[in-house]
Amino acid sequence: MDISPAPATAPGAPAPEPDPARAKNATRPGDRVFLALSRGSGILLLVIMAAIAVFLTVRAANALSHDEGNFFTTFEWSANATPPVFGIAVLAFGTVVSSLIAMAIAVPVAIGIALFITHYAPRKLATPLSYVIDLLAAVPSIVYGLWGALFLVPHLKDLYAWLNDWFGWTGILEYHDGAPRSLFTIGILLAIMILPIVTSVSREVFRQTPRMNEEAALALGATRWEVIRMAVLPFGRSGVISASMLGLGRALGETMAVATVLSPSFEIGKSLLDPGGGTFAQNIASSFKESGELGKDALIASGLVLFVLTLLVNGAARMIIARRKEYAA
Amino acid sequence: MSEAMMDQPVITDTPSGSAPLPRTSLHRPRLPRWAPYALAAGSAAAGSAVGLAAGLGSHVQWGLIAALLYVLSTLGVATRVEGLRQAKDRLATTLVWVCFLVAVVPLVSLVWETVSRGVKVLDGTFLSHSMAGVLTIQPGGGVYHAIIGTLEQVGIATAIAAPVGLLTAVYLVEYGRGRLARAVTFFVDVMTGIPSIVAGLFVLSFWILMLDFGYSGLAGSMALAILMMPVVVRSTEEMLKLVPNELREASLALGVPKWRTILKVVLPTAIGGIATGVMLAVARIAGESAPIVLLVFGSQVINNNPFEGAQSSLPYYIYEQWAAGNEASYDRAWAAALVLIAFVMILNLVARGIARWKAPKTSR
Repeated sequence: MDISPAPATAPGAPAPEPDPARAKNATRPGDRVFLALSRGSGILLLVIMAAIAVFLTVRAANALSHDEGNFFTTFEWSANATPPVFGIAVLAFGTVVSSLIAMAIAVPVAIGIALFITHYAPRKLATPLSYVIDLLAAVPSIVYGLWGALFLVPHLKDLYAWLNDWFGWTGILEYHDGAPRSLFTIGILLAIMILPIVTSVSREVFRQTPRMNEEAALALGATRWEVIRMAVLPFGRSGVISASMLGLGRALGETMAVATVLSPSFEIGKSLLDPGGGTFAQNIASSFKESGELGKDALIASGLVLFVLTLLVNGAARMIIARRKEYAA
Repeated sequence: MSEAMMDQPVITDTPSGSAPLPRTSLHRPRLPRWAPYALAAGSAAAGSAVGLAAGLGSHVQWGLIAALLYVLSTLGVATRVEGLRQAKDRLATTLVWVCFLVAVVPLVSLVWETVSRGVKVLDGTFLSHSMAGVLTIQPGGGVYHAIIGTLEQVGIATAIAAPVGLLTAVYLVEYGRGRLARAVTFFVDVMTGIPSIVAGLFVLSFWILMLDFGYSGLAGSMALAILMMPVVVRSTEEMLKLVPNELREASLALGVPKWRTILKVVLPTAIGGIATGVMLAVARIAGESAPIVLLVFGSQVINNNPFEGAQSSLPYYIYEQWAAGNEASYDRAWAAALVLIAFVMILNLVARGIARWKAPKTSR
């Protein structure tokens, strides 16, 4: 009889059941100190989170009260000028567009790799491969940035010229000469960067597919692809969605790789392939050193928007995961 | 019931032995095993031929044409011989392999570029000298000051984050019930997703703009600690949950106080996994550059004091050398990237080694 193995991520043993009466009567001084210490650490974490929200909001409010433009619709970032005029329209556009491009490239490829590791690769290849994917998640983002700026950008020129020849008429894929340090390049780079995390989460989910479902499909004469389509993908759908959201959260907040590769400008260009645009994180890192007091506050205000954005995305991802756990349990 | 099942093979055996079924209706023709390889070779040749004939300069385009030909020819041949379902299966297999290859190419290229360009200037001088007195356009100089900065900042961040993270995880697993524990769990999840630049902005607004301290390694460490805490909490929590409950019960039954049970029984059992988690977290923050740009400010000279004055760090150094924008500084950037990757990878490998060596002894 084949019993499917317990999923690797499930907790091996249930948490201990405390005896409430005993816990209340814990009079030993050692116990009290230890409880206070560990509870204090937990509370410290909450305090830090609250402090992040409060401090960013206070600084952002200060910046907004001095802003002469509309914070959400102004196409300009002159926070150090008098009068200060700045708005996040271009940054929001660039952040969202580059992250969406990254998702569009990374998610299908990541699903493919996850399926490759769990269902297609020979066993000898699968184990080291998943190991390598985990290691790649550890490559620092600045190294991706350096590689992107000095290797990827020059090599994308031909591809973009070709895209321009065939799809230039669409407008968004128009490309003029020059180093393509553009939003589209950022999207490709971010896709490579979030590939490991999306892959490893999807891989775990696919691995947990009930063995019985797969074997039942095989017994009915399904091909391998039909097994995947009928048993593996439906089971893993919510897991893949949450993995993608986690990847999206990474892509939205990525700083140094974008700051290294992008050639920023404060306008929304028609074409994604031509240089220009910017993202929240990139703008903070690039214009920080030239910023005065109010300029820093303005950057903090844009950082607050980014913070809220990533909170929403990550929160949604966690909620999907939590609901799935309940469903599975 | 069981008798019938035992009899079954005998029953089915007889008809197939005496009167064989018409095989054709049960068995679809299949492509021979060598077919995919032959098709691959054929389409590679055709792709090259088309590329040559059309005078396409880029070999990437040759490859794309060949790949397209391969997919189409496989689909066509398989549909003809094996039917549509098998053809779809072959198509899916091809696509999955393509995904794998597509992902491998940039990653191999990244590692190859870093290593091949990094070794050019990487030597003893590079590791033992700072950039003091070296113009960015000159060759020479080194990363010593950046290595010092990274080690100190990461060390302080670990000293802050590891105990807090560890104790929080102990609270969640050993004590945590009710609303507070649920809130902590939720916000640890939220904290995992904070972009590093936001953590940097928080420390900037709190430590530098409000309390009016200067830029220093310590400020950077605080931001790194914020990024590190949730990672440590998560991994430690997972490890503590793996400790068998019988161990705790046995210890408590012998009259050992709960805090000594945790310190002497629970933590030692899980210590391998906890160490792995902490080291992976260290590896993660060692490569963070965004908070460093905001808080440590960068420096060309050696500053051994993380509590005062600007410092450098390896990620920051790479950014700075890249921004200088000439051949000599690019060489230094690649060499520093190689040092950083080696550092992070060694931490990772050691951490995973520890995990394998001291895997928690569960009853399974």
